Amino acid sequence: MIEPSPLRTVWFGVALSDLWFVVVFWFLAMFLFLDGWDFGVGAVFALRDDRHEREQCLAAIGPFWDGNEVWLVVFGGGLFAAFPAVYAALFSRHYLLLFGVLGTLILRGMAPEFYEQREDEAWRRWWGRAFVAGSVGAPFLLGVFAGNWLLGVDGVALASVVVGLAVIALNVASGAAFLRLKTTGGLRDEMPALGVRAAAAYLALVVVALGLLALRPGFGDALLTPVPAALVAGSVLLGVGYVLAARRDRPYVALGAAGGLTGALVALVAALLYPTVEPMTGLTVEEAIIGAPAVELLTVGAALLIPLVLTYFAVLYSAFSGPIDAEESY
Amino acid sequence: MVDPALASRLQFAVTTVVHIIFPVMSMGLAPFLVYFTWKEVRTGEALYERLRRFWTKIFAVSFAVGTVTGLVLEFEFGTNFAAFSAAAGELFGGPLAVEGMMAFFLEATFLGVFVFGRERVSDRLYFLSSVMVGLGTWLSAVWILVANSWMQTPRGYELARESGRLTVLLTDPIAAYANPRFPWMFVHMQNAAVLSVALFMAGVAAYHVYRRRHLGVVDGGNLDAEFWRATLKVALVVLLITAPLQVLHGDAYGRHVAETQPQKFAAMEAVWETDSYVPEYIVAFPTSVDDLLNPRAKDIFGIGIPGGASWLASGGNAQAEITGLNEFEGSPPVAVVFWSFRAMVALGFWFVLLAFWAGYRWRTGELFEDRLLHKALMASSVLGILGVELGWIVTEVGRQPWVIQGVMRTTEGVSPGLTGTEATLTLAGFVGGYLVLLSLYTYVVGRLIRRGPETEDGAEPTLPDRERDPGIAPAATEVSEDD
Repeated sequence: MIEPSPLRTVWFGVALSDLWFVVVFWFLAMFLFLDGWDFGVGAVFALRDDRHEREQCLAAIGPFWDGNEVWLVVFGGGLFAAFPAVYAALFSRHYLLLFGVLGTLILRGMAPEFYEQREDEAWRRWWGRAFVAGSVGAPFLLGVFAGNWLLGVDGVALASVVVGLAVIALNVASGAAFLRLKTTGGLRDEMPALGVRAAAAYLALVVVALGLLALRPGFGDALLTPVPAALVAGSVLLGVGYVLAARRDRPYVALGAAGGLTGALVALVAALLYPTVEPMTGLTVEEAIIGAPAVELLTVGAALLIPLVLTYFAVLYSAFSGPIDAEESY
Repeated sequence: MVDPALASRLQFAVTTVVHIIFPVMSMGLAPFLVYFTWKEVRTGEALYERLRRFWTKIFAVSFAVGTVTGLVLEFEFGTNFAAFSAAAGELFGGPLAVEGMMAFFLEATFLGVFVFGRERVSDRLYFLSSVMVGLGTWLSAVWILVANSWMQTPRGYELARESGRLTVLLTDPIAAYANPRFPWMFVHMQNAAVLSVALFMAGVAAYHVYRRRHLGVVDGGNLDAEFWRATLKVALVVLLITAPLQVLHGDAYGRHVAETQPQKFAAMEAVWETDSYVPEYIVAFPTSVDDLLNPRAKDIFGIGIPGGASWLASGGNAQAEITGLNEFEGSPPVAVVFWSFRAMVALGFWFVLLAFWAGYRWRTGELFEDRLLHKALMASSVLGILGVELGWIVTEVGRQPWVIQGVMRTTEGVSPGLTGTEATLTLAGFVGGYLVLLSLYTYVVGRLIRRGPETEDGAEPTLPDRERDPGIAPAATEVSEDD
């Protein structure tokens, strides 16, 4: 038996515990942004009756969603690897909620693959429903999870529910900008207006969530400290930017703004948590991080692999840049 | 309500048993897809394009189901085995995180290119994407097996107590991750995956050849002999290599288990008392109901090879001593391990026999005529996957009661706050949900197989028509109203 070393590992002036705190939340932000537009496309799918438009929705995300979803896998894996005690406490406490997330992700993952297998109406109607249920349910439950994590509560807090709704709205804004880029015809034309409504709904929901948060002891003051306050102000600016970009038909800028909004949301959660990683157990990053050799190894691994991963995404997105062709299907 | 520990273990068992089917399909199909793509790009022959397209569809469905069921497993470590995750996360979480970063991203992003990008990227990048997908599936196995093999033969760690809680600290990464079990598991698993898919392909091809739908007659533009004959030949070449290799490797692997996990080996052979000159029982039944879970009870009816188990454990010494289960703390459910091991080995020998039989018929020029062989191949199409399941049962049930061999018991790893109600609810949900998922997967893959490949001009195939094809039994045509 040996005692765990209390020494912090610091590389180039950065504590590896802090670095991994940032990396894990960055994984989460990447997931909520990239797979977020797939979820948003699923919500748009629910709003369209035309069969061809629905197939356009599926074709638009076809090559991408698998890769996008892996960011959730590395978020889970990164949290497990770097902060196992937090992973264990958080996941076992939100037991049923996380099984809900898994259930919705199973629906969302199966639906496009199975939808295309048969032509008949009933089959496609049911897989269409599964696709919508998964695409709306997964971000909602993940938002509730993130809200509960921040609040340090079990069960379902009202503020967490509002966060869940906000994540849906945010994903619709991303999905609308994405479909504006990837589709043609009537579907494409209606996306900016939908995106503007979604962005406005997102900002309204964030205001409600912050109001509910400020009522809780400790959070009111924390929100007024520079970093959270800047993130809230930045979100308002990005929201306005999204609306302007959508109105002037700049889908890349709108998509970028949606990405910024997602990043700001995740960063706000992280900033309010820090230096604690898990409020309910009170574990701080320094207490929860794994031992020195393990975290060093993990850091070297990630430093080598993440640039490669970003290269794969560059290959994928450049291979499928531009609107999908009329004859392309899922 | 069920005890949360028991419900968690059952749930993990159900989710892994179902999940493993899909990685086996994708790991096993990957080398075939690389080969077909390479031939397609090099020769430009329509046959290879059709082979690639057809088997890619099955790969894509398998991958989608594999992704979501794999995510479930990752989450279950946190939700159901939080005590294990908190204690061993330092060693165990790393490989899982690296699997995501190194393997899963590679597979998922290049699968997008591979499935959707034939018209959009150059031949070179297209072929590269098939290699990347294959590499991704195999690297996934590397990291999952690094994590799993460490639990079987843990090395490179020290134990610490942090506020009374046991923690496993990584001290020597090379010893931990290049642990003794890893190479054995990796070779056995990957060869099993390729073998299983070769059997599956051979069974599917034999089905179409057997139905005599493809004997040189192009019917309705979609039914041709060439496609299925080529599939059968490719599958048989791979079967002839992988089936004997699996048996030879399995034999050596057994000795390795005897050396490193004697408790598991004793369970595989159901040896309770330490003894030498231990027989290898081919079958063994207790004659008393009280001993139902003990296949080698005193009141035994069995057929055994004298000294066989000792001979296997030691690599040739029939007098070698085998440590009995009574010498260890706790024991796994012996009957499960004993019978799973026997069934797996029997399947292994059957695959060798089948491969040689088919190879002989190929040589004599009767590969497409031997209807008994076709029936045997059809009947064996999913037996490779069954063999993998049985192998994993031996591996995972055989190491109980330990979650980390000799370090942590499985019951100590369960989430402390988990209630029986929660665990039972999700267990029921998974049993029901996974049954639906498996039926859907079987239905969709079965339908793809019955429809066969697309025609050469890329048109969707039509389902076999009863009137046009009277040779098809009614059972095989029940889906003709699908479209």
